Amino acid sequence: MNRLIRLFGTSIGRKLVMAVTGVLLIGFLISHMLGNMTVFQGQESMNYYAAWLKKHPFLWVARAGLLTIFGLHVVTAISLAIENNAARPEGYRKKSAVAATLSSRYIVVSGLLVLAFLIYHLAHFTFGWVQPDLYHFVDEKARHDVYRMVVLGFQNPIVTGSYVAAMLLLGFHLHHGARSLVQTIGLNHESYNTLIRIGSNTLVAALVIGNCSIPLMILAGFVDPAAK
Amino acid sequence: MNDEETMDLRLHVWRQKDSKSPGKMVTYRANGISPDMSFLEMLDVVNEELVTAGKPPIAFDHDCREGICGMCSLVINGVPHGPQQGTTACQLHMRHFRHGDEITIEPWRARAFPVIRDLVVDRRSLDRVLQAGGYVSVNTGSAPDANAIPVPQDNAEAAFDAAACIGCGACVAACPNASASLFVAAKAQQLSLLPQGQPEREKRAIHMVEAMDREGFGGCTNHYECEAVCPKGIPVRYIADLNRDFLRSALTSREVKPLPPAVDAEE
Amino acid sequence: MELDGKVPSGPIESLWDDHRFDMKLINPANKRKYRIIVVGSGLAGASAAATLGELGYNVDCFCFQDSPRRAHSVAAQGGINAAKNYQNDGDSVRRLFFDTVKGGDFRSREANVYRLAQISNKIIDQCAAQGVPFAREYGGLLDNRSFGGAQVSRTFYARGQTGQQLLLGAYGALNRQIAAGTVRMHSRVELLDLVLVDGHAKGIITRHLVSGRIARWAANAVVLATGGYGNIFYLSTNAMGCNVTATYRAYRKGAFFANPCFTQIHPTCIPVAGEHQSKLTLMSESLRNDGRIWVPKAVGDGRAAADIPEEERDYYLERKYPAFGNLSPRDISSRAAKEVCDEGRGVGKLGRGVYLDFADAIGRLGEDVIRQRYGNLFDMYEKITGENPYRVPMRIYPASHYTMGGLWVDYNLQSTIPGLHVIGEANFSDHGANRLGASALMQGLADGYFVIADTVAHYIASNPGDVPDTDAAEFREAEQDVRDRIQKLLDVDGSRSVDSFHRELGAIMWEYCGMSRNAEGLQKAIGMIGELRERFWREVSITGENEEFNVSLEKGGRVADFLEFGEVLCYDALNRDESCGAHFREEHQTPDGEAKRNDEAYAYVAAWEFKGVGQKPELHKEPLKFEHVQLATRSYK
Repeated sequence: MNRLIRLFGTSIGRKLVMAVTGVLLIGFLISHMLGNMTVFQGQESMNYYAAWLKKHPFLWVARAGLLTIFGLHVVTAISLAIENNAARPEGYRKKSAVAATLSSRYIVVSGLLVLAFLIYHLAHFTFGWVQPDLYHFVDEKARHDVYRMVVLGFQNPIVTGSYVAAMLLLGFHLHHGARSLVQTIGLNHESYNTLIRIGSNTLVAALVIGNCSIPLMILAGFVDPAAK
Repeated sequence: MNDEETMDLRLHVWRQKDSKSPGKMVTYRANGISPDMSFLEMLDVVNEELVTAGKPPIAFDHDCREGICGMCSLVINGVPHGPQQGTTACQLHMRHFRHGDEITIEPWRARAFPVIRDLVVDRRSLDRVLQAGGYVSVNTGSAPDANAIPVPQDNAEAAFDAAACIGCGACVAACPNASASLFVAAKAQQLSLLPQGQPEREKRAIHMVEAMDREGFGGCTNHYECEAVCPKGIPVRYIADLNRDFLRSALTSREVKPLPPAVDAEE
Repeated sequence: MELDGKVPSGPIESLWDDHRFDMKLINPANKRKYRIIVVGSGLAGASAAATLGELGYNVDCFCFQDSPRRAHSVAAQGGINAAKNYQNDGDSVRRLFFDTVKGGDFRSREANVYRLAQISNKIIDQCAAQGVPFAREYGGLLDNRSFGGAQVSRTFYARGQTGQQLLLGAYGALNRQIAAGTVRMHSRVELLDLVLVDGHAKGIITRHLVSGRIARWAANAVVLATGGYGNIFYLSTNAMGCNVTATYRAYRKGAFFANPCFTQIHPTCIPVAGEHQSKLTLMSESLRNDGRIWVPKAVGDGRAAADIPEEERDYYLERKYPAFGNLSPRDISSRAAKEVCDEGRGVGKLGRGVYLDFADAIGRLGEDVIRQRYGNLFDMYEKITGENPYRVPMRIYPASHYTMGGLWVDYNLQSTIPGLHVIGEANFSDHGANRLGASALMQGLADGYFVIADTVAHYIASNPGDVPDTDAAEFREAEQDVRDRIQKLLDVDGSRSVDSFHRELGAIMWEYCGMSRNAEGLQKAIGMIGELRERFWREVSITGENEEFNVSLEKGGRVADFLEFGEVLCYDALNRDESCGAHFREEHQTPDGEAKRNDEAYAYVAAWEFKGVGQKPELHKEPLKFEHVQLATRSYK
């Protein structure tokens, strides 16, 4: 344990926390997106999946785990950001970026915005505070009618717009994050760097497109709120 | 290049009397600058005028003026060592500028590099990081025959690529986090790539990283600005290697003693 | 007075070992009671400080740069010699010794050179163990190359940065001792005077370049490793900060200065581009392997190189020295370049340059091969000149590069002041009248790693005692002298920059005491230097005060010392009425311009004793005997 405390006391140790929690969060994002894709299979499919999740004996373990990972990611990021900021108390009057990408320079900002979106997202679909009138539907099998909540919710262009914007932001965040974590865990070799770049960009694009497809398809009327 | 006309420039230079005084940007004219001059020679011309007028010259660090000692340290128009890649400020020549240009000149900026005067900063933090383990412990006279330990040529070459670091600190100056990761990685990996560096490899990785943090450098968030401005083209790959070395050492090494306190700076 | 180099008697092969046995040792437990000052942190200084620290002494190491790693040893490109004979090409300690004595044109002390050749092998072992990334062959063993016209491949190298890599090794060893607390490192601190107690060197006075703090440091012994004085020419390949102050101050306190006129000029530097030029950049001599040196045959030929037809070009080295051609030794190539430029056939804007043309080599081998061999150098050349040497011939010109002269030391590297040891380029010892390529790094490290620890121990064991109190009168007086001198500089209140005086001094030295010298010119130079020095003390402008980071004050003090030292150099050049090695007296040459040595009259080390500013120093001679290498005249015809 001493050893871990010492490890996480260093800048590289905490970067490793960022990378490892980042990998896990990307894993979560993928599974979350695949789960949400059940909306395209119809009401039964999605509500079944939702109910299955909710009744799952490990639900709270998973939630606690996710919360821990996420919390670590955010807290470590903030602590690193504060330190990194303190490492240059007096800035330059003129500074030009030569190689840094926009996504790398604004990773903290994009991260905080994604965090804000996440709270909104939880308030929307988990706590039902955003569109309370859509939150209490129950389907024929007396399950929470997640399907209608989602589909009716996204028929609101403002809601859809905010989700799409948030997903683009998430993509922006991951554009740097996904590639960066590979470097942090120590993989960098010219023979596979191109593969890493293409792979990470493809993954991020798939996440953004996949996630955006749900509200956009709904708003465009491709998903019938009444369908079984 | 021989018969090009001279140029007139406006310089915006950071002036600061000492580490305790506040500083500010001051504008100077540099007239009649030949394109054959190096950037530092252009500053020499400005200083000559200042001194002749009885004013204090602009202080800047420089020594070898051939790109190897690592002493020169100017942020020129927002880029450490200026616009030409793979070039220290002392080897940057004025033919890369045009008549009428405005040039902003600032010191390296980092908490670990306090300003001493004008454009001169204190970089002893880099020395202290190396004192934490950036060497092979071998007493004079105790070495085996140089050919007793063969080193694969590829490793020797890769070690050299890392060893090419001149310790100027441009990586720190360029990094949005003022991180010294590229410097530390280059120094640690040079030795990790050689058999001579193996016995102390784990301790070195841990102690150097801890010392880097203690000096107040920021952490690496993979912007790669360092690689872009490094006058010796040290690749960020070495940072990945250091991360890997560090992780492995931190998790699997036998026991690494706590980092001893830094030696007090001596006047 | 005849000087005694204190070379022990006995067979030269075992001289150093026997001497080490005869010297006194210090008990390991007692070493920590002794304090040693090392000034300078280049190859010699860093390796000495580290080694003394490892042995347990308390060491104070000083450098004027912000980090010991920046000392100018860092800039050495070519390599380091050692008699390893890894290439099985007939090398041996004896051959390296022989080549070095001969290369020094028989003006070095045989015993020192033999020791240097012996130690050379251990240096390579030491550096490899430190992780110096020497070039290697595919099998993983060390690679060697032939360098500077040597008949054997004995040069170890690390691309074109051997100096930096060796220095980083020594700096690593130094860092280890700093961390261990045995060495206290003082960076941005400059020596301004030496302190003698009862005639022995027991301390120094320094100025901190940031705060201006003047401090006194006491020790049992002092080691100077402060490099050469090549910057006296203003334009040289030295770093801007290189200066003579430490050795000159020691000279003023009674240390003899030996052979100051032996200054090496390197033939392949990038020529001066204009008035503003602050330093000259060396291009590796290896370029001469494939480049052909020429100038136009006609005086004042203003055409571009490409427009000058073959028959109107003068490949003067190939013409004059057919055997060695473009690879003729450094001094011969340098003088030949000066000659053609003096004739008005020089190239470039200022007419001080000759072409180094790769067109034939590119035609023969292809651009790719040339790129592979010299790509880095070509890039560097283009960076500095803005010209592409694949298309237009390079322009080169000789520049001051290294100084063989330095403080006189005996076999133990101790100067005429007991307790003051001098190592590396700062002493005069091993290179005679001319230094071979790749030998400077060898000597610096030999002195620092392997000689000084034994000889300083012997001195301390023979002169034990406490570290003197820095409140003693000698220290207070020395400090007061330093303060007075600084005040004097600040009080001048003129209107000319220090640099302008330095430039003027450099021009005098280069003109009259540069590549070739004659009695008339040297006498003239002595007068001019004295006159310039007077003007300096009337007209120089040094702004600000002592208690701050004051660049003009630092430079002012250094140039003031150069302005005194320049005379010593000229007196030595005037006294040495012969041509040998890098010292070429126009009065002594064969009809076709070859140097004529005079062994009858000048086979001695000329060591000069300070007699007052503006006074002619007093000459002392250390006769040189050659028992192992036969005196011979070199010929490169």
